[in-house]
Amino acid sequence: MKDNNLYEKLSLRLLELEKLPGLKNNENIKSHLDKNGVSRRDFMKWAGAMTATLGLSANFTPLVAKAATLSDKLPIIWLHMAECTGCSESLLRTDAPTIDSLIFDYISLEYHETLMAAAGWQAEHNLEHAIETHKGKYILMVEGGIPSGNNSFYLTVGGHGNTGETIAQNASEHAAAIFAIGTCSAFGGVQAAHPNPTGAVALSKVTNKTVINVPGCPPSEKNIVGTLFHYILYGTLPALDAYNRPKWAYGLRVHDLCERRGRFDAGEFVEEFGDEGAKKGYCLYKVGCKGPYTFNNCGKNRFNSHTSWPIQAGHGCIGCSEPDFWDKMGPFEEPVANRLFNTPFNGLGADATADKIGVGLLTATGIGIAAHAMISKFKNPKSDEE
Amino acid sequence: MANKRVVIDPITRIEGHLRIEVEVDDNNVIQKAYSTATLWRGLETIVKNRDPRDAGFLMQRICGVCTFSHYRAGIEAVEDALGIIPPLNAKLTRTLMNQALFMHDHVVHFYHLHGLDWVDVVSALDANPAKASKEAFKYTDLPIATGEDELKAVKTRVKEFVQRGQLGPFANAYWGHKTYRFTPEQNLILLSHYLKALEVQRDLAKLMALFGGKQPHPQSLTVGGVTCVMDLLDPSRMGEYLTLFKKGAEFIERAYSADVLMAADVYKDEASVTSKAAVMNFMSHQSMQLGRNEHLFDAGIILNGDLTQVHEVNEDLITEEATHAWYSDNEPLHPYDGKTNPNYTGMKAMKTVGANGEMVDSKVIDEKGKYTWIKSPRYDGKAMEVGPLSSILISYAKGNKRIVPLVDAFLKKSGLPLEALFSTLGRTAARMIQAQAIAKHGLETFNNLIENLKVDQETYSSYKIDQDKEYKGRFIGDVPRGMLSHWIRIKNGVVENYQAVVPSTWNAGPVDANGVYGPYEANLVGLKVQDISQPLEIIRVIHSFDPCIACAVHVMDTKGNDLGTYKVEHSFRKVC
Repeated sequence: MKDNNLYEKLSLRLLELEKLPGLKNNENIKSHLDKNGVSRRDFMKWAGAMTATLGLSANFTPLVAKAATLSDKLPIIWLHMAECTGCSESLLRTDAPTIDSLIFDYISLEYHETLMAAAGWQAEHNLEHAIETHKGKYILMVEGGIPSGNNSFYLTVGGHGNTGETIAQNASEHAAAIFAIGTCSAFGGVQAAHPNPTGAVALSKVTNKTVINVPGCPPSEKNIVGTLFHYILYGTLPALDAYNRPKWAYGLRVHDLCERRGRFDAGEFVEEFGDEGAKKGYCLYKVGCKGPYTFNNCGKNRFNSHTSWPIQAGHGCIGCSEPDFWDKMGPFEEPVANRLFNTPFNGLGADATADKIGVGLLTATGIGIAAHAMISKFKNPKSDEE
Repeated sequence: MANKRVVIDPITRIEGHLRIEVEVDDNNVIQKAYSTATLWRGLETIVKNRDPRDAGFLMQRICGVCTFSHYRAGIEAVEDALGIIPPLNAKLTRTLMNQALFMHDHVVHFYHLHGLDWVDVVSALDANPAKASKEAFKYTDLPIATGEDELKAVKTRVKEFVQRGQLGPFANAYWGHKTYRFTPEQNLILLSHYLKALEVQRDLAKLMALFGGKQPHPQSLTVGGVTCVMDLLDPSRMGEYLTLFKKGAEFIERAYSADVLMAADVYKDEASVTSKAAVMNFMSHQSMQLGRNEHLFDAGIILNGDLTQVHEVNEDLITEEATHAWYSDNEPLHPYDGKTNPNYTGMKAMKTVGANGEMVDSKVIDEKGKYTWIKSPRYDGKAMEVGPLSSILISYAKGNKRIVPLVDAFLKKSGLPLEALFSTLGRTAARMIQAQAIAKHGLETFNNLIENLKVDQETYSSYKIDQDKEYKGRFIGDVPRGMLSHWIRIKNGVVENYQAVVPSTWNAGPVDANGVYGPYEANLVGLKVQDISQPLEIIRVIHSFDPCIACAVHVMDTKGNDLGTYKVEHSFRKVC
């Protein structure tokens, strides 16, 4: 889609949002920002960064800023299923000046067990109340895999002893949009790894509604918050890949964005952790990096306010945003070609080629680039349209 | 009249899914208490038959809050099994990451998880910012984020929030509860620190990410060492660590320490805060390696609250049993002999006390049968409390030269006797003292690492896993929530058995076959609750343990293999 059309579309969308009844009596967020000491400059700086994160050109910044000021109209319900709370922790790392408190104040976080003051019946009532009051308007974010069907008793929540599955289904039923935050919610995650003793499944397996997957273990704070803002901007679901991941975040492989990519192409590899190559920042492929098979923007946005990412810290990617990565990517410190599990794409070719290049034809740069260009064709995204 | 049943589920502001049920008499005094974990994930089953080098990554996913603890435990259990001693640089780097975790965890616990049990957000709206600003100087000479202007801004912000009627995460709590003791001014100070701490926790997460690649779930440890050699050899990176560390340390000293002192002062006559700890046995392991041979916190066992004698931990005496847990095998077994087959027996319908004090339909656990996914760990048949309180008491009793002055200073400033530490307040204070100790002494590790890097750049020890050999090993250490152990057996080059006995299991486990209560349940019995429809006191007590329930719920060897022939070595592998 052309930039101009998109710009128009977003503008219209924002006009629509403006017409919605405000949750907070139509109070203007800009005035709150002023009062709260968030300078316009700081705010625009953040909006600019978020615009870039979303893959939009800089002239979209004012729209992103405007979208942020409208976000108080969107109630959020965040559910914890079979999980470790790592995704919630990641959300808390949201950066840029005072942005965590901005999010805290201006998105109406109706239910979040790690943060909410209420407990017990009062907490359960908050959830029921939010679903009832904001029927069809709230955004549902779910963290964790879901023990389902005959196994659903492995998770219950609340005084009524309802199963996680029932609660997730009920909340999904009336949501305006549903985001599966993290690999557990998106694909079942660690508890669904072989032999999956609790029968845990992805959120998308227990609801008929469309689920946007935001995988990662955990996803970066940028991917969580960016996904939210993408929804606010577009008002529709973003372009998704074959695994329902937003393409703006998961469209490229870790390998494509890697700071050590030049080393791969030059055939310079860490042979063993702690060796001279490790000290010089050589490619981690031979000590097991799964960057060639993993779709995520880690290398671009990094984690913790751009502090670092695993490959910068000298450890290969473990493929944590891919389905079944626990079973398909391990052992994590050996190249894919050296292991017994099936390849993530059932040997569709591109990754197998990458393995040959990685292990065998170490300096065949030309072939390497060609092979890496191929894989996106196999991904067959559902739609390129907005 | 018969006792009334009260159900609190979910217990919020914790990690994981926890349910508490209590029975109260006519005077609202708790007669019986039951602690129930309502989620089971089975990670120790999943890790079996995998490459041992993957164990750390998988076990890390036990918890995204103690996001370094299980990672390191998984890696070091394998190192112990294979007889690998990582280079000093790797060990000290792990300590630096661990210090970041402790500082982060304790700050977040006090302000964002436990804080709202002490702080009445609504009351802060009546505060006089000028008066509050003066109040802050009572507990520290250099307060943070409590200038009159800042407090005024916080008040205005929260006031608007409340006026708009959309309280978000603050909605429907127990505001106005009679056991809230802070003045509006004190509430405002803490509210300001609640917001400030959101910023500080982000910096402390960065502190770990510097050498960890990311936080949560860092990714720079490997069996044999660490992978972040480039960061270690980059002085600008070390400088970043130093800067962020100091920022965190400053907040701990100027805000966290002062606020706990204020809480001690104000709440010292509130029963839910001062009631004596009910399980008076405390256990901890040494942790936080400062240099080649020194640790910041000590190991040991205190029995019956007797600080004059610290016993050594004998790992052979650790058992777990499942009489009241949803597993089919009941008998107490050493972690190497553990058996676990899930056996969910469900809940039953019953009327319990609702949100407005009325009786409502609900489900309750079967207290006579099985009622939780957490087992009952015991040491020599005894229930033990683990956590910062244990670590601090044991270090104090042993005369630890870095810990004693901090404890004495706290007692002197608060005017409390040593015995006052054996309480909910003590648990909260000990956590702060632990953070304070790290803030004050953590840079010894940093400096020792710099010294060592001048002469030695090794970050990794090579090893080989012999496919034909059998190995066993374990990690034992103290993590932010207390003593943690991971136990591994390796056969045919893959994980044959894996078990984790974690801090929250020790504290949150159910009653055992002999009728011995675990700390959560024991500490609730006898507690008087003002208003059973608003059981704030219960939450306050439970939160003082900093529950981490996904950690606590685990499985052991499903085949019930006889692993008892392995001899457990006593001493934790010493430094280099």
